[in-house]
Amino acid sequence: MTENGSENGSGTEASLLTAEGVTKRFDGITALHDVPLEVHPGECVGLIGPNGAGKTTLFDCLTGRLRPEAGVVRFRGDRLDGCSGTTRARLGIARTFQRVELFAGMSVADQLLVAIQARSGRARVWRDLLGQGRPTPAEREQAGKITELLGLAAHVDRPVETLTLGQARLVELGRALACDPVLLFLDEPSSGLDRDETQALAVVLEEVRERTGTAILLIEHDVPLVRRLASRLYVLDAGRLVAHGETGEVLARPDVRAAYLGVSA
Amino acid sequence: MTGDLLEYAIRGLPIGCVFALLAVGLTLTYRTSGVFNLAFAAQAYVSAAVFYVVRKEHEWPLLLAALLAIGVVAPLLGLILERGLFRHLRGTPPLTRIVTSLGLLVAIPELVKLWLGTQSQKNPPPLWPVTRTDEWLWNEGGRYVLDAGQVVTILSTALVVVGLTIMLRASAIGLRMRAVVESPRMAQLWGVDADRVSMVAWALSSALAGLVGVLLAPLFAELLPLHFFTLLVAALAACVVGRLVSIPLAVAGGIGLGVLQAVLAGLLPTDSVLSTGLRPALPFVVLFLLLLLRPPRLGDRVESDPLAGVDPPPPAPPSVGRSRGLTVANRVVAIGACVVGLFLGLAVLDSFWLQIVTSGLVLGVILLSFTLLTGMGGMVSLCQASFAAIGAFATAQITENAGLPVLTSMLAGALVAAIVGGLLAVPLLRLDGIYLALATLAFALMFQNVLVPLGWVSGGSTPIDVPRPLLGGLDLADDELFFVFAAVCLAVVGGLVVRLRSASTGRLLDALRGSEAASIAVGISPLRQRVVAFALAAGIAGFGGGLTASWTGSANYEQSFTFFAGLVWVVLVVTMGARSVQAAVFGGMAFFLMPELLQRLPLIPTDWTAGLSTALFGLGALTYVRHPEGIIQAQTTAVMRRFQRRDQGREPAAAPLAVKEVQAA
Repeated sequence: MTENGSENGSGTEASLLTAEGVTKRFDGITALHDVPLEVHPGECVGLIGPNGAGKTTLFDCLTGRLRPEAGVVRFRGDRLDGCSGTTRARLGIARTFQRVELFAGMSVADQLLVAIQARSGRARVWRDLLGQGRPTPAEREQAGKITELLGLAAHVDRPVETLTLGQARLVELGRALACDPVLLFLDEPSSGLDRDETQALAVVLEEVRERTGTAILLIEHDVPLVRRLASRLYVLDAGRLVAHGETGEVLARPDVRAAYLGVSA
Repeated sequence: MTGDLLEYAIRGLPIGCVFALLAVGLTLTYRTSGVFNLAFAAQAYVSAAVFYVVRKEHEWPLLLAALLAIGVVAPLLGLILERGLFRHLRGTPPLTRIVTSLGLLVAIPELVKLWLGTQSQKNPPPLWPVTRTDEWLWNEGGRYVLDAGQVVTILSTALVVVGLTIMLRASAIGLRMRAVVESPRMAQLWGVDADRVSMVAWALSSALAGLVGVLLAPLFAELLPLHFFTLLVAALAACVVGRLVSIPLAVAGGIGLGVLQAVLAGLLPTDSVLSTGLRPALPFVVLFLLLLLRPPRLGDRVESDPLAGVDPPPPAPPSVGRSRGLTVANRVVAIGACVVGLFLGLAVLDSFWLQIVTSGLVLGVILLSFTLLTGMGGMVSLCQASFAAIGAFATAQITENAGLPVLTSMLAGALVAAIVGGLLAVPLLRLDGIYLALATLAFALMFQNVLVPLGWVSGGSTPIDVPRPLLGGLDLADDELFFVFAAVCLAVVGGLVVRLRSASTGRLLDALRGSEAASIAVGISPLRQRVVAFALAAGIAGFGGGLTASWTGSANYEQSFTFFAGLVWVVLVVTMGARSVQAAVFGGMAFFLMPELLQRLPLIPTDWTAGLSTALFGLGALTYVRHPEGIIQAQTTAVMRRFQRRDQGREPAAAPLAVKEVQAA
């Protein structure tokens, strides 16, 4: 378990991300109550719970999209209080969205190139004016590697509006990978995908972990997918942590099965 | 002292009531249809003009005249606009809605002015059985004097507010209206005809706008559209007090603003800078401060609709439809046009037409700032004319006081404008969409009313002269040489804009427009990107302003940079195509060529041409609903498709669905 009262974060060196006591209220409704979380480097952690349990709210609090009322979030031992979403993204926290958020009107390749350019900090007006603002061959190659990894090579020039939902989710994943993440937040990557697409997604995610070694925090309703990828699980219900531990053990617990799996079945 | 205060406060009541009434109308339609109808000010002007003509010129009886202006013309105009236009704007991006209502705001007063003719409309009649406001005075012991126009304003406001409250709270249609406000789709599922309810709301609020027009007119000595623009900004401030949703707060805001204005007028010494500057600027200052200190929460209105997710996704932005072929075609056409244009300008055109075309080129430079800001950044600024003026003033002041060469001063002027733009952007860009447009409109009006009259800004009442540049041995006082110079400036600035658009700045702005949440998630800072775009656009406008000053010979605000000109420019560029450089060039040309061409058409009275061309520009904005990519690109695409079809059945360039089928197969 996490240590108590250590302000310098010395006890959290082994972990990549720690959250303690995260609390978020919306107009009197407590969406998250005193939730802890810990992710170690390279690890894949699952976050499950029924709809409305607060999973996405927790994501938003960790990525800086929402400001929690209470709680401390540390990334590599440094407190993230007051850091904007932009800063957190530059630190190496990338994410996907439950409802796909792609840059409307841009091609698949451009989605990745934007992420690569934003990450590298090479995007500067004076560079653009000097004619050096176009993507470099190295950047194009990096984008090419990602599209190949995700099996999107045939679609690089297509506008994202023309993609299927499954492809769009892969592009979103690719864009997150283009940020060169240390920690990747995936918000229900399989939602809206059929069985085959989900299988393909699992293969891709395993390959991503193998190649990049990034840690993953995964919100997912698909139990087989969670079982396959996540080594540890956190279970949220009504904004509270109801269980956490090793995946197999947690999924075997009767209260988890009652609160969550029973509902979803 | 308190007696004085009370007196001032009572004097401010009538104008405050007018602010409040218009704010109520704006809030009502915004809540029922999601459109923030800037054209309300124009609708008010229509009714005021109708009332003036039938009551004063044709001497109709009061009731009949009021019935026609407020009860027939106003709601009818509102219904026509609703059925023909605003109904189709539901679910469109905010930009579309702003541009459409802006087009009407520009076009309608011009059409009314054409109808009224050239003579001025002095002493508009009050809504009272007298012909002059001062025929009937309410007088108490020599103090608290209110005239007929003011008394009837206060009375009607009270009546309207009480009536509306009762209607919304206690009647069946009021209940339905509130239901539609909450969620049009939900109301429809329960069997409420949301369209009809929305029509009733439009008719009602348009009648209100008509009443406002008739009431406002006699508060001034002459019937002028400018009073209605000023009124609009005050009403906007009142709406923002109510966060665009609360009618009681909007009323309180409007009345409070009117009273505050009058009290300040009474208390401040009459000849101080504060009094001459602050009082007319008060609505803008208040709007500005409100927007900054009480920023609207996102999701304050339509987004709170529980069924909002049912909406079809917004249409793909125009850049999707831009194929490689189109880009190449555009380049070829552009280069060809440059060559032909230079040849025509130097060899064929006489000095009169050369001047017109040069004016168009110079304006084109200013319009390029919209290409960057609106086309790439997706932001609507209504104060680009102010930035152009800042550039012009700075150029003039620097040339005159520091004795620098004119070209250097122009660049310095651009820098000054960019800095002002950047400083303004930092607080303003916390706002989004409609609020940003409102805040920039407030700035433009404040700039015009407060800063332009100051000597250290504009040089006072006579504009400062700006000479033509001397380049090497070339004296650009020669019009032909200046024509070439202007074309080169336009090409350089246009080239820079194209370069930014295709490089990282453009991509990041595109990304930001595509999805702000995703942009943040990949590490883009939205505020930084937008501030950079805003400052660059201000700089371009400033450079164009300096160029204009040098071309016309002086930094003349009235002639070149009024806020109304700024409104026309926005409408013009967006209609032509916000993203394309050609559109800026064509827009600049059209602005100066159109009146001259109209003048040469038969059947059009010569004193109509200026107004008619502005009205046409305004009405042109209505095409934006169908062609957000702009008419130039729409035409090019149409022509290219025709060619491709003739070439045999390759898939059309801009048809994502067809592409999808081909590639999925």
